[in-house]
Amino acid sequence: MEATTVISNKDKFIALNESKSSVLKNSWANEIEAAIAAFTTFELPTTRHEEWKYTRTTRLANENWKWSESLENSGLSNTIIEDLNAARIVFINGNLSLADSSFNNAIGCTISVNENIAASDIAQINVAPATNVFEAFQRTNTSAAISIRVEKNTAAETPLHIVHLITDNESISTPAIFIHLGTGATLEVTESFHGNENTKGLTIRGLYAHVGTNARLEYNKIQAEKDEQFHISLDNVRVENDGYSNFNTLTIDGGWVRNDLRIDLNGQNIEAHLSGFYLPRNKQLVDNHTKVDHMYPHCMSNELYKGILFDQSTGVFNGKVYVRKDAQKTNAYQTNSNILASDDATMNTKPELEIYADDVKCSHGTTTGQLDEQAMFYLRARGMSPDSARKLLTTAFINDVLNKVENKIVRQHVIDALVQKGLLYI
Amino acid sequence: MAYEGDELLESVTNKEYEFGFTTNIETDKAPNGLNEDIIRLISAKKEEPEWLLQWRLEAFHAWQKMTEPEWAHVKYTKPDFQAISYYAAPKNRQKYNSLDEIDPELRRTMEKLGISMEEQKRLSGVAVDFVMDSVSVATSFKEKLAELGIIFCSMSEAVKEHPELIKKYLGTVIPRSDNFYAALNSAVFTDGSFCYIPKGVRCPMELSTYFRINESGTGQFERTLVVADEGSYVSYLEGCTAPQRDENQLHAAVVELIAHKDAEIKYSTVQNWYPGDKDGKGGVFNFVTKRGLCEGNNSKISWTQVETGSAITWKYPSCVLKGDNSVGEFYSVAVTNNAQQADTGTKMIHIGKNTSSTIISKGISAGSSNNSYRGLVQINKSADNARNFSQCDSLLMTDHCGAHTFPYIEVKNKSAKVEHEATTSKIGEDQIFYCLQRGLSEEKAISLIVNGYAKEVLNKLPMEFAIEAQKLLAISLEGSVG
Repeated sequence: MEATTVISNKDKFIALNESKSSVLKNSWANEIEAAIAAFTTFELPTTRHEEWKYTRTTRLANENWKWSESLENSGLSNTIIEDLNAARIVFINGNLSLADSSFNNAIGCTISVNENIAASDIAQINVAPATNVFEAFQRTNTSAAISIRVEKNTAAETPLHIVHLITDNESISTPAIFIHLGTGATLEVTESFHGNENTKGLTIRGLYAHVGTNARLEYNKIQAEKDEQFHISLDNVRVENDGYSNFNTLTIDGGWVRNDLRIDLNGQNIEAHLSGFYLPRNKQLVDNHTKVDHMYPHCMSNELYKGILFDQSTGVFNGKVYVRKDAQKTNAYQTNSNILASDDATMNTKPELEIYADDVKCSHGTTTGQLDEQAMFYLRARGMSPDSARKLLTTAFINDVLNKVENKIVRQHVIDALVQKGLLYI
Repeated sequence: MAYEGDELLESVTNKEYEFGFTTNIETDKAPNGLNEDIIRLISAKKEEPEWLLQWRLEAFHAWQKMTEPEWAHVKYTKPDFQAISYYAAPKNRQKYNSLDEIDPELRRTMEKLGISMEEQKRLSGVAVDFVMDSVSVATSFKEKLAELGIIFCSMSEAVKEHPELIKKYLGTVIPRSDNFYAALNSAVFTDGSFCYIPKGVRCPMELSTYFRINESGTGQFERTLVVADEGSYVSYLEGCTAPQRDENQLHAAVVELIAHKDAEIKYSTVQNWYPGDKDGKGGVFNFVTKRGLCEGNNSKISWTQVETGSAITWKYPSCVLKGDNSVGEFYSVAVTNNAQQADTGTKMIHIGKNTSSTIISKGISAGSSNNSYRGLVQINKSADNARNFSQCDSLLMTDHCGAHTFPYIEVKNKSAKVEHEATTSKIGEDQIFYCLQRGLSEEKAISLIVNGYAKEVLNKLPMEFAIEAQKLLAISLEGSVG
C-alpha cells in the first residue's frame, strides 16, 4: 500500500529529526519552534502533490541517511575557482570547516558563523514560514550556518565563494545561509556543490537572502554533484524598492536535483533576473521550481531556463509568475527551452501565470524539441563531424544563460567544467 | 481608470440576463436525490434494455467511491447531489411530424432564443435537435439525413433503434470511472444526441443541438456520442442558453467523439448558460467532460468553443491522437464577467506517429471574474515526429479580475516539437486612442479590438454560429473596460 510506505518513509526523517538539533537553537528559536510544529503536519510529498507531480521522493526516502561530523576534505582542491581570489567558506558533509575556509580577509562584508550569528541579524531577514516537510526539516536541524551582512552603502569588494562538499557516505547536510544587504549595498556570491565519487549524500540547503533598498545581489549557484547525490535547494530571495537581483542556477551534474527558488518583489521598481541551465545525463533528474511574486507596481522580472536532456534523464520545470492585484505596470517574462537529446529522455514543463492586475505585460514561452536539422546540415556541409556540430549548436543554445553570469571568471570556470565533461565545444 | 469606463461598466454589470425567462410547460419530474432506485426509474421511464441499466448501475457504484475534484482554480459551494432531481421530461411526449404540432409555448421559447425552426430549415439547412430539458422534442431534417445513411437522433431513440452501435461505442472514449462528473453522468444521463456518419459520407449540412435547462432544480446530464466512420466528415454544433434561476444548476454533460480512418469531426460550441447575477448568485455549474478519439490513421478532430456563460466552467475538450498522422485542434474563446469563474483548456495526447495538434486559447476577463487556461500536451514515446503549437492569450478588462495560465507539457520523444506561448495584457491605450481618433466610440472601439483579438477562433466557427458568437461577445463585454 502506498499510504503505509509514505508514513514509514517519513519515519526515517522523524528519527533523523530527533537525533539532531539546530546550531541556531538560540538565535532562531521562534522559527525553529514553528518548524518543529510544521514538520509534524507535513507529509513527505508524493506525486499526488501538485508541486511534486513529476518528481518522486521515494528513492531519496529509501536511503539510510545519517548525520556526519566528518571534516575529511579529499577532493576539495577541485572546487577552487582559479583567479577569482574569493573569500572561501567551506562546508564539508554539512559542517562548517573553519580550517578550510578563509574569509577573514573579506572586504566590505561581515561574516558570522553558527552560534555566533546574532538573533537580530536573522530577524532582519524576515523569513517566511515553512511550507513543506523539507523546509521544516532544514530549519529544525540546521547543521551549520553562516550569516553574511553588507552594511548600508557598502560594496563587498571580495567575491564570496561558498563550497559544499560531500565526502562521507550516506551523510545528510542541512546548512543555512543568511544574507542581508543594507540600503545601496552590493554583493556577489558564487555557491558550488560538490561530492566525491561513489559517496551517497543528501543536501537540503536553505538560503535566506534579503536585498535592501537599491541594493544589488549577484548570485551564482553551481551544482556539480555526482550521480549518487541528492540535492534540495530552498532558495528564498526578498528584494526591496529599487533593488536588483540576478540569480543563476547552473546545474552541471547531480543525481537527483530539486531547486525551489522563490523571489519576492517586496517593493517598487525592482529588477529581478532568474536564469538557469540543466544538462542531466544517465538517469539523473533535475527539477526547477520557481515562483516570482510581484507584490507592488513597476517591477520587472525576467526568467530564462534552458535544458538539454541526455540518456534516460528527466527534466522538470515549473515556473510561476504571480502578479498581485496592486502590482500594476508589471513586466514579467518567462522562457523555458528544452532539447531532448535522447529517445529515453523526458521533459515535463509547466510555466504558469497567475495574474490579478490588469495593466501588465506578462508572457511566457516554452519549447521542447531537438536540434535544428538545417543548422546541423549547414555545419556538416562545412566539414564538421556530427559530434562537433552537435556540440557547437548546444553551446550556442545555452550561451544565453551563460551570459547571464556577470563575473567572467566564474563564467569561464563553468564553461571549462562543461568542456571537461565533453558537453560543450569552444 | 484610464477611460471614462465606469458608467459603461455599470451598464454591463447591471445588465439582466437576456435569455432569462422560464417556459411554463408541465413536466414529469422524479423525486430529488440519487440512489439505485432513481437510476432504475430513469432506465424504466426510458424503456431501456437491461444491459444499459447494469451499465448505469456500475457507473453509479464507481461514482459512490469517488470524491469531487478540487484541483481546479475555482471556488464554489459544492452542489448537494441529493437535492437534485435527476429526471424531468415534458409530459406530452407524443411524436411530431411537423413543427406546427409543437406546443406554441415551446415554439415561442425558441423564437425568443432566435432559433426560428422554419428559418433554420429553409435558409441555413441546419437540422436542429432541440433539447427541452432532458428529452428531445423536435428533430428536423431527419429523413433527408436518413437517405445518406446518417443517423442523427436523440440518445434514447438510438438506444432503442441502434443498440449495437451504442453498445459498441458508449463509454469507449470516456470510461465510466474517468472522473467524478463523468461517472455521475454515466449513471443518470437522461438524453442527448447520437450521430453516426457511415463510411465515405460527407454530411451535407451542419448538425446542431440546442440545449436548454428549463425545469427549476433539474440537473442536466446530457450524453452526446458522435461516430464518424472511415472517410466521413461531419460538422456538429452545440449551443446553450439557460433561463435565469436563483439556485445553482448543475450541468455535467459527457461528449464523446470517435473518428475512424480518414474521418473528420468538427465540433463547435457556443455556450451561454446563465452566469448568475453580478454578485455571482445563482448561475449554472458547467462541469463537462468532452473527449475525442482519433482512432484511425489520418483522422482529425477539431474543437471550437465560445464560452460566455455559466457561473463555474470546468471543461477540457480533449483529443487522443491514436492514429498515425492524426490531427487535433482546439480553438477557444472564454469570456468571464462579474463573478464568473472559468477553468478551461484542453488535453492533447499524442500516441500515433506524425500526429499534430494546435491549441489557440483566448481568454477575456472582466468584472471580478477569474479565467484560467489549463492544458496538457503529452507526447508519448511512440509519437515520433509529433508536433504541437499552443498559444494562450489573456485579456484583462478591469483591475480586479484575474487571468491565469497553467500549461502542462510532458515530452517523452526526442523527435517531438512542442511550442507553447502565452501572453497577458490589457487593451492597449494606444489602440483605443487610434480608434477614437478615427471617430469610433469607445464602446465600438473595444468591440472591434476584442473581436479582432478573438478572430482566429471565431473564424473557425460555421457562419451562423460565428454571427451569434460575435453578438454574444458584444453583449458580454459592452463597455467593460475599466
